[in-house]
Amino acid sequence: MAGGTTGAGEGNILVSDKLPGPELDLARLSIRLWQRIAAEVGGFEYEAKGGVVVAASEAGLAGLRDTSREQSAYGVEAVQIPADELVEYEPHLAQDLVGGAFYPEDAQVQPMLAAAQLLAAARSRGAQVRPGVEATGFLRDGDRVVGVLTDEGRVPAGAVINAAGTWGRGLAALAGLELPVLPRRGFVLVTEPLPRVVRHKVYAAEYVSDVASSDAALHTSPVVEGTRAGPVLIGSSRERVGFDRTMSVPVLRRLANQAIRLFPVLADVAVIRAYRGFRPYSPDHLPIIGPDRRAPGLYHACGHEGAGVGLAAATGHVLAQLLRAERPEVDVDAFRPDRFE
Amino acid sequence: MSERGTSETFIFDGRAVPFMAGQSIGAALVADGVLSWRTTRHDAKPRGLFCGIGICFDCLVVVDGRPNRRACIVTAEARMTVRSQEGTGRGELSV
Repeated sequence: MAGGTTGAGEGNILVSDKLPGPELDLARLSIRLWQRIAAEVGGFEYEAKGGVVVAASEAGLAGLRDTSREQSAYGVEAVQIPADELVEYEPHLAQDLVGGAFYPEDAQVQPMLAAAQLLAAARSRGAQVRPGVEATGFLRDGDRVVGVLTDEGRVPAGAVINAAGTWGRGLAALAGLELPVLPRRGFVLVTEPLPRVVRHKVYAAEYVSDVASSDAALHTSPVVEGTRAGPVLIGSSRERVGFDRTMSVPVLRRLANQAIRLFPVLADVAVIRAYRGFRPYSPDHLPIIGPDRRAPGLYHACGHEGAGVGLAAATGHVLAQLLRAERPEVDVDAFRPDRFE
Repeated sequence: MSERGTSETFIFDGRAVPFMAGQSIGAALVADGVLSWRTTRHDAKPRGLFCGIGICFDCLVVVDGRPNRRACIVTAEARMTVRSQEGTGRGELSV
């Protein structure tokens, strides 16, 4: 469980890194749903810690101010932080930063625990989980998908959902369909356990433009946050190198240097390990959610890039509504699987 | 001291602890009767040598101001200052 991208991220549930539009609508719904799931299921270190975005230059700050004003007008809570008040949010922040913004709605979960607890909750409500069973194809009735072929036999189904994340493209290909989900590699550094040194999710204003970039080359921007267990997590890098899992010391070095730039105190802290994973990346950076008209009966729920855990709750919610032929709570037109044709 | 072939000492929590050349800090502490030199992060439970071979990270200790050193694999040296460790060993950073 959580052996793919879910277990290779930081478990972010963010509104701060999203501009007004359909993905932010989905994120805002998801934040509310995660709160509810944390209360009803729990056991996965849900923490409504809030996000602090910081700028190191006046140009960066101007961009951040514009972004946060647009987000505020859209209903997102965003508080401007003058340079001299940054220390009240994060006492260890570098002192030469020029300002920031605080997003109290940003939250975090421990993603592997979240996946495990949600699966356990689903099983207690009657779901069957069959780990280790490989989907090898689809049962078809003409164009229709009416079930899944596996290495342990046929599984007939009224509806089939492709929630294979970064591997969703391969699953769609088994149905003869092209689904443009590509891997975008990222590394995370894990420090030795520390007391609370970083209170919020803290990242640099450039992160938002990095997320939105389509460049294949390496991008890094500092993202630093504590965890309830003690280690500080340090990201983020983005590069399109296929499914190459090779550790890259130059990338790790850049991540460490950028984190120290934001939090000089980390210079003296040991990194105990690093991990990496592959974000499921679609050409327009939006997830792919909904029925595939090319193969009735098949639904997709993948391509969330780095926001998969954050958007998971709302994705499941609107998919359930689509499956029941109800009007989804947020408009999913922008996420249509056939928009790439 | 001489019967164990020791001649040098390091400082552990303010007192001298003898060691043999090549001995780890952890081995020297145990030989001196110290079984616990760290408390856990959450429940402050006592910890000392467990695996003894660098794998379990139970025997963490502060060496010359640096926390989280594994007592079982850091070779003792004269004039080292070793302190027992509370939790992460970096409580002073807490905000």
